Amino acid sequence: MPEPVITAVNLVKKYKDFAAVDNVSFEIAPGESFGFLGPNGAGKSTVMRMVGAVSTRTSGALSVLGLDPDEYGPEIRSRLGVVPQADNLDTELRVRENLLVYGRYFGLPRRQIASRADELLEFAQLTERAKAKVDDLSGGMKRRLTIARALINEPRILLLDEPTTGLDPQARHILWDRLFRLKEQGTTLVLTTHYMDEAEQLCDRLVVVDKGRIMAEGTPASLIASYSSREVLEMRFGSGHNADAGERLVGFGDRIEVLPDRVLVYSSDGEAELSRIPSTGLTPITSLVRRSSLEDVFLRLTGRSLVE
Amino acid sequence: MSAGTPTARASRVRRFGSWYVAEHRFRVMRSYAQTITVTGIGNPLIYLYALGVGLATLVDQNLGPDAVNGVGYLQFVAPALLGMAAITVASEEFTYPIMLGFKWNPTFYGMNAAPISPAQIINGVVISVAARMFATCGLYYVFMLLFGAVVRPAGVLMIPVALLVGLGFGALLMAYTATLTEDTGQLAMLMRFVILPMTLFSGTFFPLSQLPIFLQWIGWLSPLWHGVELSRVLSYGAVEPLWLSVVHVAYPACLLAVGWWLAVRFAKRRLNK
Repeated sequence: MPEPVITAVNLVKKYKDFAAVDNVSFEIAPGESFGFLGPNGAGKSTVMRMVGAVSTRTSGALSVLGLDPDEYGPEIRSRLGVVPQADNLDTELRVRENLLVYGRYFGLPRRQIASRADELLEFAQLTERAKAKVDDLSGGMKRRLTIARALINEPRILLLDEPTTGLDPQARHILWDRLFRLKEQGTTLVLTTHYMDEAEQLCDRLVVVDKGRIMAEGTPASLIASYSSREVLEMRFGSGHNADAGERLVGFGDRIEVLPDRVLVYSSDGEAELSRIPSTGLTPITSLVRRSSLEDVFLRLTGRSLVE
Repeated sequence: MSAGTPTARASRVRRFGSWYVAEHRFRVMRSYAQTITVTGIGNPLIYLYALGVGLATLVDQNLGPDAVNGVGYLQFVAPALLGMAAITVASEEFTYPIMLGFKWNPTFYGMNAAPISPAQIINGVVISVAARMFATCGLYYVFMLLFGAVVRPAGVLMIPVALLVGLGFGALLMAYTATLTEDTGQLAMLMRFVILPMTLFSGTFFPLSQLPIFLQWIGWLSPLWHGVELSRVLSYGAVEPLWLSVVHVAYPACLLAVGWWLAVRFAKRRLNK
């Protein structure tokens, strides 16, 4: 791996006695797209704030672009782009003005900001809305404007905290497409998400986090290969019957997970498992065979699902 | 990049970050520029006319043309009106915009995610409010001159005094607002039960000595009283011992220093989650 742009060793963040981030270590290479996958409250945003040099760590070592955030906050932040979980666009200013004002916080000359702002509006597909009020934009447009704003200083690293949470599927796909372009241009992307499809789409490599700890690390494919089977048979037996059905299915597949609303059978051949179900006398209300996903990895590692 | 290396850029922000924040505040003020202009012109006209001409006629008829403090009521009340104008700007700009930046539309977090530090955010707000206050008080002073409310040329020094009072009180307001995680009416209470009584009982419309002694502490604690007393010395040569004039400067200056320091502390604590 080339010289990493971000290195964390035994990173800890405590609020009084509660460790929001508990001994986390990772390295991110330049140009890499790195994800933190975990449920709400796993400590993902706290890691992002520490990497973003706005939150002081309790202990451990952290280096961003070769600098210690405790000492070189402004230097680090001048080379980062940050897309926070909640949009904090300035609603008192118009769309383009948001970019102009934000560029000034980086000490950039006005003329340079103005031309960059127009390019970014184009990139974010907001050129027509340049003079609109921020509150009149849709959720997806606001997110794109926030990303455009984060790019005003041509950052080497873009930090994205839950970039598509709360967006409809179409808006998410537009956003993913824009992020993919940035990745192709060589921008390092660091993102948190609790959507496994987002992690699979965007991340070269990711860590699964839960309760402030890293549970596993790898590429999406390698994580699935090590922690799950190739296929999954999902069956619903109706509320109240799933636990019972789960007991009667012991011996099916490599492993069985019983969730409140369905039973999952992990196997290399889901169809084959499904064809054996009638022999047990059970009749699922619905059944589905699918490929294993990161959701299954998370379930295996923590015993819980990602989105609760 | 033509703007120099990232390190050079960061050091520019370390130096000028407060001004960039002030720039932002000015841009936002432009969106309510009309209100600022209308109140900036309307307030002095209304107050000087109502009190300095209307009420003054009544007072002066009863007590003679050297009614209060050896001058007419208009000359007596004008320094107080100027101080109140500064307090009004402070109570507008150091409350809701701070609440907005930390909570309702958390732009302060956005600035802090860029290279701007929490201290620079506070400094930038102070700079921008000082500018608006200067413009408001300067304009007020012009109207005072037109109404004949200022006796001596040294009266022009009332403008920096008003700024000191407005910012001293405002810095405390800002520090307090920076600690509020939710506005459940605290700011409205503050306006009604702190700011309004302060403007009425700070030796503004009548000398503090007219209050019973057990209420006079309101004046001593009020930065407005200190500013107004000093302004009367400057405007028409009211007589007071030198040490008292020194206190009139030192007290609001201390409030400004303490309030500013606290506001920076609270902002750091709040932004560094």
